[in-house]
Amino acid sequence: MFTKREIISMKDFSQDEIDCILKKAQELEVYARGEKPSDLLSGKIMANLFFEPSTRTRLSFETAMKRLGGEVLNLGSEEASSISKGETLADTVRVISQYCDVLVLRHPKQGAARMAAEYSSVPIINAGDGAGHHPTQTLLDLYTIKRESRLNGISVAIVGDLKYGRTVHSLAYALALYDTRISLVSPEQLRIPDTIKSDLEGMGAEVFETSELSSVINDVDVLYITRIQRERFPDPAEYRKVAGSYRISVDLLNDVKDNLIIMHPLPRVTEIDVEVDSTKYAKYFKQTFYGVPIRMALLTMLMETDDEA
Amino acid sequence: MKRELKIEAIRNGTVIDHIVAGQALNVLKILSIAGTSEAVVSVAMNVPSELAEAKDIVKVEDRELIADEVDKIALIAPNATINIIREYEVIEKHVVHLPDVITGIISCPNPDCISNTREPVTSKFVLHRIDPLQFRCHYCEGLVDSVIDYLLI
Repeated sequence: MFTKREIISMKDFSQDEIDCILKKAQELEVYARGEKPSDLLSGKIMANLFFEPSTRTRLSFETAMKRLGGEVLNLGSEEASSISKGETLADTVRVISQYCDVLVLRHPKQGAARMAAEYSSVPIINAGDGAGHHPTQTLLDLYTIKRESRLNGISVAIVGDLKYGRTVHSLAYALALYDTRISLVSPEQLRIPDTIKSDLEGMGAEVFETSELSSVINDVDVLYITRIQRERFPDPAEYRKVAGSYRISVDLLNDVKDNLIIMHPLPRVTEIDVEVDSTKYAKYFKQTFYGVPIRMALLTMLMETDDEA
Repeated sequence: MKRELKIEAIRNGTVIDHIVAGQALNVLKILSIAGTSEAVVSVAMNVPSELAEAKDIVKVEDRELIADEVDKIALIAPNATINIIREYEVIEKHVVHLPDVITGIISCPNPDCISNTREPVTSKFVLHRIDPLQFRCHYCEGLVDSVIDYLLI
């Protein structure tokens, strides 16, 4: 039974709860594709409260709610910023939560969603809190792996900025719940923090660190690429060298496993050549679609819980 | 030659002994005794000790501190002992225990944490690890390992 009142951080979820969400998402996929209409959430209102710009996350929440027959209130970043000029987030949440049945929040400060949940009269979904958590991204990543590969007993390489990319940390924690071998591929200066690595090992995950993508690419089932941000490097030449070394091209895929899937949270810049898009390995556009059934699952489960409460 | 006590024995109240040398004033702050209470408080700092090189001692007269109240000082004085005194006799003696959750005592070191804004949030930390001592921020989930540096009070 799903009893959560809020979706804030992946750390709040057990493997059973994650499995329950992924199962629900699969049931709802037919509605997510628009193949069948649904009025599951008819009469319900979701408020999007975004204090930072977002395209795909906001639109995919909106699509999820509308595909289930619900209504959406949108408070875009401009309106949100004018509200925030004179009002605390706590007050804004107290007010807006009276106009809706579920509140989706993106905010630049870490922990904003956790605090908002203390003031909201309706369930809160964290759609990103600064450099903090983005649990619906992690859930859709897991769902993509489940749908396009499998979740247990696989080998996953996570490539890119592993030091600052906290969505990557959430994904690594979630993967550690399953029987997964995790290869962490990053330049020396962007390695995963030691505390997180020891947490992962403590959870029983098999973790391997390297800076050479070529040493793992032919052995993994999932290749998860993230963007390396230019501003992390004081020296532009050093940035170009590092960014270039993790660029996925068709040539690099010559000897990979037949069932390899390549994922990327998007937007990409130069990490993956466009020629890779037409290979059977490319799943990053499907990955963005899977955000819709995952968000449908969460909306449904939160509001069912809400009704029964 | 008999050594003279630096502070007089108290008749009734609480003696907090074996405080890490130099931390007595922080202990008073954490207990919200300094400046907010009319209790007679004596403080001895850098007292020679058999167990450690030196220690601090705090005596609070006519007030028996309860365990929950005192456990907070384990953050900065993990070996402290609490002695409850009645008519000059120690009638109860116990050690302090690290609390699982601390609220409003330390601030989050992360400048981007919502608890460091003008939002109505009281800082809250959950015990993550005892050795080395680490607390995790309830809001941003960042870790704090030098509690003394982030005391709010």
